[in-house]
Amino acid sequence: MTEQHKSRQELFLAEHRRMKYTVAAIRVISLVCLLILWEVASRAEWIDSFIFCSPSSIARCFVRMASDQSLFYHIWITLYETMVCFALSVLLGELFAILLWLSRRFARVMEPYLVVLNSLPKSALAPLLIVWLGANVKTIIVSGISVAIFGTILNLYTGFQEVDNEQIKLIRTLGGGKLQILKKVILPSTMPLLISIMKVNIGLSLVGVIIGEFLAANEGLGYLIIYGSETFKMDWMLMSIVLLCLIAMVLYKAIAALEKWYAKR
Amino acid sequence: MEALLRFQDVSFSYHTLDGETDVLSHISFEVKEGDFLAIVGPSGCGKSTILSLIAGLLKPEEGSIFFHEQLAAAHGTTAIGYMLQKDHLFEWRNIRKNAMLGLEIQRKKTKEHMDYVDTLLEKYGLEEFKTMRPSQLSGGMRQRAALIRTLALQPRLLLLDEPFSALDYQTRLEVGNDIGMIIREEEKTAILVTHDLSEAISLGNRIIVLSDRPCTVKDELQVVFPDGLSPLEKRNEPVFQEYFQSIWKEMRHHDGAA
Ligand SMILES: Nc1ncnc2c1ncn2[C@@H]1O[C@H](COP(=O)(O)OP(=O)(O)O)[C@@H](O)[C@H]1O
Ligand SMILES: [Mg+2]
Repeated sequence: MTEQHKSRQELFLAEHRRMKYTVAAIRVISLVCLLILWEVASRAEWIDSFIFCSPSSIARCFVRMASDQSLFYHIWITLYETMVCFALSVLLGELFAILLWLSRRFARVMEPYLVVLNSLPKSALAPLLIVWLGANVKTIIVSGISVAIFGTILNLYTGFQEVDNEQIKLIRTLGGGKLQILKKVILPSTMPLLISIMKVNIGLSLVGVIIGEFLAANEGLGYLIIYGSETFKMDWMLMSIVLLCLIAMVLYKAIAALEKWYAKR
Repeated sequence: MEALLRFQDVSFSYHTLDGETDVLSHISFEVKEGDFLAIVGPSGCGKSTILSLIAGLLKPEEGSIFFHEQLAAAHGTTAIGYMLQKDHLFEWRNIRKNAMLGLEIQRKKTKEHMDYVDTLLEKYGLEEFKTMRPSQLSGGMRQRAALIRTLALQPRLLLLDEPFSALDYQTRLEVGNDIGMIIREEEKTAILVTHDLSEAISLGNRIIVLSDRPCTVKDELQVVFPDGLSPLEKRNEPVFQEYFQSIWKEMRHHDGAA
């Protein structure tokens, strides 16, 4: 490598780094500016501070609820329910897609039902679930699963069918049957699809859990939001929403990390 | 000497909602132990179908296929190795694990069988690529890895379905040469199908020429070269051109008459 060549590469890398830092700085500064503007507007009574709250009162609310531990309990409940929904929607979705793939007749029979259920707004089911299952965690979990599972099944099944027929033929030439085809080709080759479905499902599970908590809970962040709106505790509501943003981000990042790990492996 | 494979008066059609495609019409031929049979025919005439029938992936509608004088379907597929047009090495497995795929499927991952695969990898220059992913290898090396995957189950009969057609011309000559030498060295009986006449002449010791669909056997001949020539060297022999010309004329003649 020549001196000149090296310095050009270094210039390129420096440029790349500068871009990265600039973007990060603008992100942080614009957020801080917005928060300051909000705070000032609320103190100066340019906006109604009762309805719109303010960053400082949200922060005070956070400290108050964090110090008596109640906040962590609500966060934990929502996180726990979301993780259960996520795990079950992925697991059951994959299992059901495998069943469809194993029996083409079963798949043909089920297809229209799955399409209808997938496009049904799942929030319509929640009140029904309360009547059937009671206002409890079961309802919340089932409503969370219902949001994600039909799309999971349909997408995975479509992915299974798009696997190259010649790859399937290869397994057959090596003397493998249906289960071997599933194990050696279908499942490993649709791994990337499964991971991208997981990325979607983690968000959908959170949506489903919050819908469930609105209607059927007395704990969790969804409950805090509804309770806050009923009692005009605006700081509770806004704080819970901020926390939901953070949770959604962390969960998404976790799946993205899984994806990265899988690609590198 | 008794035939290893007897393909007897076989006819076959595909059935779809769009209609019926007659592919094979009363095809017969034999393969003896140690033969390298090359089947040439135009694209779409039914060459892959013939191999799928031999491998037992499809059943003949008429006629029968005997392997070792037994009906082929009854024999199971492990005695017959099938190398497809593309290598289909799986990207989620390294080269060694790809080569072991057949052993895994057959539940034959014994030390003895695995050692055999390792020996083959070493013998044919893939030793240092064992732990790499398929995408890190050249087309020629991938094809060799695919052949080793097929040889791992120690088949009596090898079926090769245009195994070089996905490669560029230069590589194709080299890999064709490579694979031909490996098959000779491992003393396998093989059937190669191809639409490339010169590939057929340089690799086979017998050639069957097929017509367009519905496909019939148009011509069958022995190819004799001086002993010990590699497929690449055969291409430079004067007899190579003679075979090429006479088969080519034969194919054209029939086309004209039809
Ligand atoms: N699964 C199938 N269903 C219907 N038609 C098929 C199928 N496979 C192949 N064919 C048709 O049968 C004919 C012969 O196919 P194939 O044996 O693959 O030809 P070749 O290998 O000589 O190119 C082609 O015209 C092809 O379109
Ligand atoms: Mg073909």
